[in-house]
Amino acid sequence: MIEAAVVEKGFSPEPLETAAAAPWLAALRRAAFARFEELGFPTPHDEDWRSTGVQPITGTPWIRAPRDPEFRFLPTAGVRVRPLSQALAEAEPQLARIAGFSHDAFTALNTASFEDAAVLEILPGAVVSQPIEIVLRSPDAGRPEVRHPRVLILAGERSQASIVQTFTGEGRSFTNAVTEIALGPGAILEHTLLQRESVAACHVHTLAARQARGSRFTSHNVSLGAALARTNLHVALEAEGAECALYGLFVGRGSQHLDTHTTIDHASPRCVSRELYKGILDGAARGVFHGKILVRKDAQKTDAVQTNRNLLLSRHALVNSTPALEILADDVKCKHGSTTGQLDALALFYLRSRGIGEDAARALLTWAFAADVAERIPVPSVRAEVERELGRLLPGAPIEVSA
Amino acid sequence: MKEALLQVTDLHASIAGREILRGVDLTVNAGEVHAVMGPNGSGKSTLAHVLAGRPGYEVTAGKVLYKGQDLLAMTPELRAREGVFLAFQYPVEIPGVSNVYFLKAAVNAVRKHRGLPEYDAMEFLALVKQKAKLVEIDEDLVKRPVNEGFSGGEKKRNEIFQMALLEPSLAILDETDSGLDIDALRVVAGGVNQLRSPERSMLVVTHYQRLLNYIVPDFLHVLIDGRIARSGGKELALELEDKGYAWLEKEPPAVAAAR
Repeated sequence: MIEAAVVEKGFSPEPLETAAAAPWLAALRRAAFARFEELGFPTPHDEDWRSTGVQPITGTPWIRAPRDPEFRFLPTAGVRVRPLSQALAEAEPQLARIAGFSHDAFTALNTASFEDAAVLEILPGAVVSQPIEIVLRSPDAGRPEVRHPRVLILAGERSQASIVQTFTGEGRSFTNAVTEIALGPGAILEHTLLQRESVAACHVHTLAARQARGSRFTSHNVSLGAALARTNLHVALEAEGAECALYGLFVGRGSQHLDTHTTIDHASPRCVSRELYKGILDGAARGVFHGKILVRKDAQKTDAVQTNRNLLLSRHALVNSTPALEILADDVKCKHGSTTGQLDALALFYLRSRGIGEDAARALLTWAFAADVAERIPVPSVRAEVERELGRLLPGAPIEVSA
Repeated sequence: MKEALLQVTDLHASIAGREILRGVDLTVNAGEVHAVMGPNGSGKSTLAHVLAGRPGYEVTAGKVLYKGQDLLAMTPELRAREGVFLAFQYPVEIPGVSNVYFLKAAVNAVRKHRGLPEYDAMEFLALVKQKAKLVEIDEDLVKRPVNEGFSGGEKKRNEIFQMALLEPSLAILDETDSGLDIDALRVVAGGVNQLRSPERSMLVVTHYQRLLNYIVPDFLHVLIDGRIARSGGKELALELEDKGYAWLEKEPPAVAAAR
């Protein structure tokens, strides 16, 4: 009997050989790669990865894409966009300090591997009325390709802007993205994140924001694509009076696995956070929502509310919802709630008793569940795009596999 | 011979294995208003829900003919399209669905079934304006999500508003008076009375006689322990108010309870 030895070729990243633009950056990249090698890819034994296996990532021999995905910006007054190599002085105090890599292998890998980062500055005092669009697209290369997009957003003091960040693509790709956002004092920033990668794609994205005194950050995070998607959203309320609102929607079908981990770090007194995440899972899809709220010892008068609601449309769909509150201050208002279930039977009967057919009634209630988050998206064109996508993805529409 | 609009014969129904209706007989002709009264737990609401087709109720015996068809074989939506309407005791809040969108979908589903052209947005809004006046419902409520944040009175008004839009042949009002103060009751009853017509029958389910001062029925039935214990004219309501239900509970079940 002959035994065939099958050598599984997996993903083994190598350090990027580039002439670094500055010694600090070269040192940072070296440190990041060393840390990545120490950490290795996460396993189910890692607390943060208990519900999400990374085999689709580690088991694929990803080839580095010749270029990181292209960023598409429309030039806008009050906004400056430069490659990192031309914005070193502005980037140095923030880069890799908002999204640290000491405990996160993917962020370490991104930090070691990104080809160039985009530095987007909203100038102090600028009130930008047009939304700023960042599109990161992974085209189908006919082979499994990996990209490490990196974006640094600096919202200047008392600036106001709305940013739309879209991940899109075709074919089999792995996007390992990191976005860092620093909000200056009194800055107001709306950030809309739309993940609609190919259903054959793997997607890991860490979005980390730090907020100065009196700043307001609103995040809309819509996750629709990818076979395996993991989004980490970290918000640090670092100074008094900072406020954040995080709204999220994930819609999974087929065998999609969509994981969102959020962390809100109340590090200062009198900060406010609001969080609403909704998941809709059909087929054999799996959703993960892990929402951590940390209230540090000195963060008195914290006001935090977190809600997670999940709708299961099939018997084989599954969701893991874990609210995690860690409260070290004593004078705080914190509330959280999590529900997972099917469509409300009485609401369904109510609609049917008015002549609306069962399928239409189900679709209407499902739509309404999602609309609660979708309708808050501040940019009309993006809201329309999300609604179009929902119309395609929610029951009634066939699943489209672009593998 | 005139065919009854609704003919309920020896209807038995259970929920979660517990028998609630134990042989209801009831005949409603076109244009008649029937009241069904009875103490708590007598099966009034169950009767209303079984007729509307709420899932979870099991009909174990008996039959229901509606316009000569087997009502119990129809889905809830088909019953609605054929002209059965249930005004809920507790109208359901549906966040995220605007009342006007919901109502247009409902009205057009019914119209399509009846072979009538569907309304477009303009035509429907004109209809809404006209019917809103009838039940004195605030047009702002029409734009809000279905019943969300409505007061008790607003919810009941919204039910009657829906009834006005859907123009049913058989309207079943399930404890429409519950939770209403006297002013709200007057408005709701006024709306119902405007919708009375020779083409429309009503089954008014109530615990209290006071609703029947405003919606005067042609016939009244007393449901006790899942059976109709007594039927009569509207004067029966006054007798009930005087004596309570106890005197009927002690009597043997009425024979041939229907008229």
